[in-house]
Amino acid sequence: MTATVPAPAARRSPGKRAFSKKAVVPWLFLAPGLLLALVFKFWPMVKGIRLSFFDVRPFLGDQWIGLDNYTRVLTDHRFQDAIGHTLILGIGQAVGAILLGFALALLLEGQARSLRILRTAVFLPAVTATAVVGELWRLMYYPTSDGLLNSGLHLLGLGPVPFLDNPDIALYSTMAMGIWIWAPYNMVIFLAGLAGVDRSLYEAAAMDGVSLWQRLRYVTLPAIRPALMIVLTLATIRGLRVFTEVYVLTGGGPAGSTDVWMTRAYTLGFTRNDIGGASAASVVLLCVTLLLTVMVNHLRKRGGAR
Amino acid sequence: MSAPVIDPVRPAAPDTPAGRSTKAQRTTPARFDTALGWNDGPGLAWALRVLLCLIALAVFAAPFLTIFSGAFTTNPSGSSLSFLPHGSTLSNFTVAGERGIWDYLGNSLVIAGGGLLLQLVVCTLAAYALARHRFRGQALVMMLFMMTLMLPEEVIAIPLSLVLGDVPVVHLDLKGTVWGVILPLGAWGFSVMMLTEFMRDIPTEIEEAARLDGVGELRMLWQIILPLCKPALGVAGVLGFIMIWDQYLLPLIAAKDPTDYTVTVALSILRTDPEVGSGVVLAGAVIALIPSLIVYLLLQRSLVTGIAAGATKG
Repeated sequence: MTATVPAPAARRSPGKRAFSKKAVVPWLFLAPGLLLALVFKFWPMVKGIRLSFFDVRPFLGDQWIGLDNYTRVLTDHRFQDAIGHTLILGIGQAVGAILLGFALALLLEGQARSLRILRTAVFLPAVTATAVVGELWRLMYYPTSDGLLNSGLHLLGLGPVPFLDNPDIALYSTMAMGIWIWAPYNMVIFLAGLAGVDRSLYEAAAMDGVSLWQRLRYVTLPAIRPALMIVLTLATIRGLRVFTEVYVLTGGGPAGSTDVWMTRAYTLGFTRNDIGGASAASVVLLCVTLLLTVMVNHLRKRGGAR
Repeated sequence: MSAPVIDPVRPAAPDTPAGRSTKAQRTTPARFDTALGWNDGPGLAWALRVLLCLIALAVFAAPFLTIFSGAFTTNPSGSSLSFLPHGSTLSNFTVAGERGIWDYLGNSLVIAGGGLLLQLVVCTLAAYALARHRFRGQALVMMLFMMTLMLPEEVIAIPLSLVLGDVPVVHLDLKGTVWGVILPLGAWGFSVMMLTEFMRDIPTEIEEAARLDGVGELRMLWQIILPLCKPALGVAGVLGFIMIWDQYLLPLIAAKDPTDYTVTVALSILRTDPEVGSGVVLAGAVIALIPSLIVYLLLQRSLVTGIAAGATKG
C-alpha cells in the first residue's frame, strides 16, 4: 500500500509511452475534485491567511501591517467574551448532547418494531436544517406567557421566562437547543457501539452476580469508549465553529451575551467590512480546528489499532 | 467489506449468521440483548421504559407537530402555539407564497439537486482513482481530501466570499448564481473517503476479467464498479443531501441580493417582516422541512448506517 511506484523498473523501458498514459489516468479522475477543493477550499484558506496580515482597503490597495490584526482581535474585549461564550457553548453542548445521547441509546436499544419507529422519530432534529430548528425554537422560546414553553411553565405556576431576551440565560437557552439537535445524532453513534458489545459478556456478568451499574461501568462503557472519545472531540470542533444556531436564534444578542467566535468574525467581516481583522479571527479558529482534528485522527488511529 | 458496517437498527448477534434469530435458535435470553437488560414482559421496569419513551418522543418529535399545527392555524397575535391545530387554514401558505417562498424553495431545490449531482460525480471519480489505481502521491491526495473536511464554510467564510466574487484565473463572478453555492460543495472529503473504502473491497478478479474483455476506464467505473457500490452511493446521497440542505452561511455569502437565498436562509426574511405572524414563518418552516423529511423517511436506514460507519470507522 505504501509503495507508490506500481511497475517494476524492468517493465518501464519497453513501453514507456504506455506507462505514462497509465500514470495519467488516475489524475484525470481526480482532477475535478482536486480542482474544486483547490479553488473553493485551499485557495480561500491561503488567501485568508495572507489577508490576516494586511490592512485591507478596497480601492487603495492592501497594506502589510504584520500581526496588528491579531493583536487587535485578541485584545478586543468583545472577542475575549466571544471566546468564553464559544467555550461554554461548545463544551456544554458537547457534554450535554453526549450524556443525553447515551441515555437515549440505552433507552431505545432493542429490536422491537416500536423501538425502531421511536428511533426514527427521535432522530428528526438531526436531519432538520439548523436554520429551520432555529426558527422553531425562537417561537417555542416566545417570551410572553402564551409562548409554547412559557405556557407550559405557566401551568406549573412559574412566570414567563424571557429565554432569549435575558443576557444571563440566553446562552443557556442556545445551549439547550444545541443539545436537542445533537443528542439524537450521538444516540445513533452510541447505538452502533452498543450493537457491537458481545452479548455473552452480559450473560457472564449476570452469572457473576454484578449489579446493573457495575455491568454498565465495566462491560458497556469500555466497549464504547472509542466511540465516546471520537464523539467528544468531534462535538468540540463542531462547538468551536458554531454559527448558524446562534445567528438564527439570537444573532449574538442580547447585548452580545451569546456572541460566539464565528458570529463575531462574521459581523466584523461582513457588517463592518474589516476584512483583515475578520481574517485574523478566522485563522485563529482554523489553527484551533486543525489542532483538534489532528488530535481526533490520532484518537481514531489508536481506536482502530485496538 | 473489511470492517462490517454496523447497523444499529438491526444489530446482528455474532453467533447467529441470520442476524435476527428465532426463539428456538437463541442461545442467550432476551434480557441480555440490551445494555440495561430491558424485559419485554409487563412489569415495573417495562412501565418505566414506556414512560421514558413517551417523554423522549414528546421532547424530540412533538415540536415538529407544533410546526405543522401552527402552520395551518390562523394566529394574528403571532405567539400562541400548541401541539394540536385549532381549525385549519391555508392562509399562512398563501401569505408565504406572496412573500416569494416558492421562489426560495426553487432556489433550494436547484442547489440541492445540482449540488448533490456534482458532489456524487466528483467524489465517485476521485474515489475510483484512489481505490482502484496506484499512483505516485496517492497518500498526499487522500490527505488533501481529508483536509477539505477541516475547512468548513464557517472557517473560511470571509476569504471564500471574496473568491466567489472573483474566481482566480478565470475571473468569474459567481455571486448571485447557483454555482456560487454548488461548486464549493463539490469536493466533500467524507463522500470521497467512504466511497474509496467501499470500492477498495470490490474483488480485483471482477476488474481483471473485465480488463481482459477490453473494458476501458470509464466503462469499468460505470458498468462494473458503480452497480456494486449502490449501498455506499445511497449513503453518500442521503448524507450529502442533508448536508447541502443544512447549508446556511454559504448561500448567505454567495447571494448577491435576498432573491438568491435558499428557503432555509429566507426564513429569517419572513421572520423580520413586520406584517406577517409566526403562522407564516411556520408555514415557511414546513416548506423548508418537507424535502429533507421525505429523503430521511425514504432512506433512513442508509443514513443511520452512514453515520454509524463514519463514526466508528473514519
